[in-house]
Amino acid sequence: MLKQTDRPVPPSGLTDGPAVLALDGITKTFPGVKALSDVSLALYPGKVTALVGENGAGKSTVVKILTGIYQPDGGAILMDGQRAAFPAPQAAARSGVTAIHQETVLFDELSVAENIFLGHAPRGAFGLIDRKAMVAQARGILDGIGAQIDPDHKLKDLGIANKHLVAIARALSIDARVVIMDEPTAALSHKEIEELYELVESLKAQGKAILFISHKFDEIFRIADNYTVFRDGQLIGDGSIGDVTEADLVKMMVGRDVSQIFPKRTSRPGAPVLTVTGYAHPTEFEDIGFTLRTGEILGFYGLVGAGRSEFMQSLFGITRPSAGSVEIDGVAVHIASPADAVENGIVYVPEDRGRQGAILDLPIFQNVTLPSLGRISGRGFMRLAEEFKLAREYTERLDLRAASLDTHVGNLSGGNQQKVVIAKWLATQPKVIILDEPTKGVDIGSKAAVHAFMAELAAQGLAVVMVSSEIPEVLGMSDRVIVMREGRIVAELAGPEMTPETLVRHAAGI
Amino acid sequence: MLKRLISSREALLVGAIAVLLVLISSRFPGFVAPSNLANVFNDTSPLILLAIGQMIVILTKCIDLSVAANLALTGMVVSMVNVVAPDLPIVVILVIATGLGTLLGMFNGILVWKLAIPPIVVTLGTMTIFRGFIFLLSDGKWVNSHEMSEGFKAFPRAEVLGLPVLSWIAIIAVILFSVVMARTTLGRAFYAAGGNPHAATYAGINVGRTQFWAFTISGALAGLTGYLWVSRFAVAYVDIAGGFELDVVAACVIGGVSIMGGIGTVVGALLGALFLGIIKNALPVVDISPFWQLAISGAAIIIAVALNAQANRKKGRIILKRAEHAT
Repeated sequence: MLKQTDRPVPPSGLTDGPAVLALDGITKTFPGVKALSDVSLALYPGKVTALVGENGAGKSTVVKILTGIYQPDGGAILMDGQRAAFPAPQAAARSGVTAIHQETVLFDELSVAENIFLGHAPRGAFGLIDRKAMVAQARGILDGIGAQIDPDHKLKDLGIANKHLVAIARALSIDARVVIMDEPTAALSHKEIEELYELVESLKAQGKAILFISHKFDEIFRIADNYTVFRDGQLIGDGSIGDVTEADLVKMMVGRDVSQIFPKRTSRPGAPVLTVTGYAHPTEFEDIGFTLRTGEILGFYGLVGAGRSEFMQSLFGITRPSAGSVEIDGVAVHIASPADAVENGIVYVPEDRGRQGAILDLPIFQNVTLPSLGRISGRGFMRLAEEFKLAREYTERLDLRAASLDTHVGNLSGGNQQKVVIAKWLATQPKVIILDEPTKGVDIGSKAAVHAFMAELAAQGLAVVMVSSEIPEVLGMSDRVIVMREGRIVAELAGPEMTPETLVRHAAGI
Repeated sequence: MLKRLISSREALLVGAIAVLLVLISSRFPGFVAPSNLANVFNDTSPLILLAIGQMIVILTKCIDLSVAANLALTGMVVSMVNVVAPDLPIVVILVIATGLGTLLGMFNGILVWKLAIPPIVVTLGTMTIFRGFIFLLSDGKWVNSHEMSEGFKAFPRAEVLGLPVLSWIAIIAVILFSVVMARTTLGRAFYAAGGNPHAATYAGINVGRTQFWAFTISGALAGLTGYLWVSRFAVAYVDIAGGFELDVVAACVIGGVSIMGGIGTVVGALLGALFLGIIKNALPVVDISPFWQLAISGAAIIIAVALNAQANRKKGRIILKRAEHAT
């Protein structure tokens, strides 16, 4: 782990004025994970600061601390140089900090004006909401940002872009001094992005400090004045955008020791086992095609929202593709449901193992055999002896320690629950196993175990697809990497092409 | 196997029922005489049958409020069939009742599965529709005892090995569905679909179809009970078993069936129904005013559920190594 900068105070000399809002040495820890470690950040009036970092670098955590949703464990928040605390979102709002969130948090059934002023509506007689004043003020704000929206319309009647403008109007409805924009252009079309840029310029002219979070480098270089780079919850570098190039930023984002803890494996890809051609979905992805061989680990890299999980779920039969075909061992198969997928030897270990993985109220053995019930039953009746044998075989293979297979999964530790989920899928004797973010939320020690296990699976001739947003993991484990961006495959990398820089370049489209 | 069948929750309920019986016998010793207990069981049999079906529906995160209306509609239909064709064998009557109930249950199931309407809305709707149908069929008239054939009325009372057929049907249903829940893939699917629908989907279980089968079973049992009910009480009219669906749900909840889905057993539903049945039968004989009876059975439901909630409290995960080996 390298440490380029370790600055206790925000850098001076970036701008003339003092920072409106600054974070100084902020630390935030969640159970098992250090999300932020001694990070600093300064926002200046009339300036746009771009916050740059990989998925999981700690950007969202910073936003939540700035808006009073999370409380830091250490460090200080400074408002005009004075120590401040935001114990609740309302406190941050009162201090003039407002955020436009990644996923818009609005209410479909309320009117535009009600959405804009929810929680701080103008009051009239007897403390009742003054509707007239509210609508008038809403219209004023909407006009100010050039949005042609009737404040009396219900929000659900608006398109996604207009909803976004309402979210912006809401952010501006409090007398904001600091505006945080968390990937504001993700849902916008080209024309709307241009309008957003104009809006940002006008906010700058009004002297507001703006924190701009984006994955898109063209945007950053277009509108940002300063930059701050986070990696793994640490501050890596900051300064004026004029002093750096895209390549510098990419390097700061990803530059780390990749050859750390991954198991050594000699890959011997065998015969093609899975061939996907022209897979498409009306809104999520299109033209996905690749071939996977036995004994191979194929990495899928991309930014969050690039359509990787959506494609995998479609391949597994959860959602229906609009076009495309799948061949297993050279034979075309039709996958219309997860049952079909399991039948054909494809299994999917989802990212959200808590929600989509184990059934906590059922005992271990019933969880393990759930996708294999067809094999251990005849005419709808289960052969309990066979069921127990199957469960015992695979829990032992994974070294699952529980006194009895009758133990309910809800009573197991997180690591053991994970083993139950993996045992469940291995018990189906798959040909292809899709692992979606296999080490997300897993501590370092268990990560190594998961990686070793993946290598073992591949060595046994299983074809492994690994969806991961962690560059070291993708590079350390995969034989080949497919990079997706905005629902399409943008690159297939192998051998010496597999570098952190090329991955980020393709994923971000620069 | 036995240990799994009678987990601590069921044991607790058996204890509660025993305490209840001791309390009652202290004021009215005759209540615990075997012949009276057999009567109580027979009286509770319709509740047991419906509670088994309801238990399965609740397991899958649904609820079936239409069971009593289904029972009343099927009861009316078979009564009218009996009036028209008094010589029809009872077997045919049983097939008609179960078949019609199954269809009504399937109708609920299809709406929940294919149209994804919330089950409480679907069954509130069909509950009213079924009652409306009875009115349309019967013009609001009653089918009375003297219009029914003797064979029609005699079947549930006929004694086999000292117990009426009605009781035997309840016993058979308990055994049958215990096997279904423990030994078949469908039974496992009920638990999986309710315990974690997402995980069940990923494991290749069609959650909607599983819920459909739950409603179908519930409907079949309600239909069967429809005939047993009208023949036992020898009367059929629009309002029979009015509000009975709430007793059925209460029996399930008392029996430890989680309203969130995924937890519940046939034995639990049986014990819950018996608990409720004993209270309802005992209160009149210990001479308590009908108004108090309602309040007391209501309080009993709340106390039972509160005890259950305590038992269900998360005991925490097993993280300590020694705890891992202690279980």
